[in-house]
Amino acid sequence: MSDQHGCDMVLLVQAEFDGELDAAQAARLSAHRSECAVCQAAGTDLARARALVRPELYQPAPDDLRERVLARLRTAGEASAPQRRGQRRFAGWRPPAFGFGLGAACAAAVMLLVLSPAEQSLTEQVVAGHVRALQPGHLEDVPSTDQHTVKPWFDGRLDFAPPVRDLAGAGFPLKGGRLDYIGGRPVAALVYQRDKHIIDLFIWPAGSTTAPAPIGSERNGYNVVHWVQDGMNFWAVSDVEQNQLRDFSAVWRHAS
Amino acid sequence: MQNLSFEAVVLPHLDAAHNLARWLMRDGEAAEDVVQEAVVRALTYFPSFRGANPRGWLLQIVRNTAYNSMKLNRGIHMVPIATGAEDDEAALPELRSTDDDPETSLIRARDRGQVRQLIGALPVELRETLVLRELEELSYKEIAEVTRTPIGTVMSRLWRARRLLVQTATAQRVAS
Repeated sequence: MSDQHGCDMVLLVQAEFDGELDAAQAARLSAHRSECAVCQAAGTDLARARALVRPELYQPAPDDLRERVLARLRTAGEASAPQRRGQRRFAGWRPPAFGFGLGAACAAAVMLLVLSPAEQSLTEQVVAGHVRALQPGHLEDVPSTDQHTVKPWFDGRLDFAPPVRDLAGAGFPLKGGRLDYIGGRPVAALVYQRDKHIIDLFIWPAGSTTAPAPIGSERNGYNVVHWVQDGMNFWAVSDVEQNQLRDFSAVWRHAS
Repeated sequence: MQNLSFEAVVLPHLDAAHNLARWLMRDGEAAEDVVQEAVVRALTYFPSFRGANPRGWLLQIVRNTAYNSMKLNRGIHMVPIATGAEDDEAALPELRSTDDDPETSLIRARDRGQVRQLIGALPVELRETLVLRELEELSYKEIAEVTRTPIGTVMSRLWRARRLLVQTATAQRVAS
C-alpha cells in the first residue's frame, strides 16, 4: 500500500473519495493526480478499504436493549417528575456490569494507555475546544456583544449561571457565547476578541472556592490561563501572547 | 428543539449508539451496559442539548461513557477468554488455506468475521474513526465533533485506519 509520506496530497485523494472536496480543490487534485503514482495507488487502496468494511458489519441495537432502555426511561420519568434533575433520580440504576466483557474491556484499555481522550489534560481539552470552535460557524451560538443578551441565553441550557462580562473598555470586546463540553460536562464558553485574535473563556463550577493564582501554559501554539474565582473554573485559551492572555485574566478578575 | 421529547431525540439513534459502543468495547455485554449508561447521562444533559445534531450529541456521550468504562477497568488485568460460543465470529481468523487461488483468498479475507477481527484489532482511535466514517457515514466535521478531535487529525487517522486494514487483509492473503 502506498506510503502516507509518499505524497502529501493523499489526504486530499481521500477527502475526494469521501465526498469532502469542493470543486476548486478537486480540480487542483485532478491536475496533480494525473502525474502522481502515489495518489493513483491511494485511490485503489481507498476503494479496497471500503470494500472490506461492508454494511453487514453494522451492529444495530438488539431488541431487548431497546426495550430495557425504554423501560428505564419510563421509570426515570415517573420517579423524577417532582424532582429537580440530578444524579439522585438514577439511584436505582444498576451500575454497569462488566462480567464477561471485562477481558475485552481490559484489552481495549491497554491501548488507551497510548492515546486516551480521558487522559487528556483539561488543558488539551480546552485547546481542542478552542480550535474546534474556530471552524467556520462554530464560534458562537449566541452572537452578541451585549452581556445582557448572552447571559440569559445560558438559562436552561446549563445547570449553573455563568458570569458574563463585556470587557470592551479594556480592549477585549465580547463577541458572544456558546455551549461546549469539557471534562465530561457541558460548560459555558464566552468568546472575546483581541484585535484579530479570538479568546475563548470556558466556565464551569469549581469543586472548591479557593482561588489559586492564574496558571499559564502553552499547548500546540495556543496559550492557556486557568484560574478559580467565586466557585467557578475559568480557562482562557487563545493564540494571543501569554502576557496578553494574563492581562485578559487580570481584567476579568477585577471587573465586576 | 426544547419541545422535542427526550425519547423522540434519542431513540432514533439507538442503533448508532450501540454500533459505536460495540466497536469500542468489542464485547456485546459491555457495549449494552455502555449504551444504557449513556442514555441515562444523556437524560441528565438533555436540558442543555441544543437540538442541532442529536445523533452526534448522543454518540459523543456514548463515546465518553465507553472510554470511562475502559479506563475504570484498566487496573484489573485479565486475559480475554475466547469461549467461541458467545460469538463464533470472534474465533481467530483461519490463516491457513489449502487453496492457493488469490481471488478465492481475497474473498475469504472479505469474510465478515475476519474483517471484524481486523477492524477490532485496530488501535481504538483509528477504529472509532473508521467506524464513524464507513458504517455511520458521518462527515469529517461530524467525526471531529464526536471524537473531539481536529479535522486534520480525523483525516490522518482515517487514512491510517484504512491503510492498516488493507495491509493486514493483504498480509493474511499472503500468509495463506
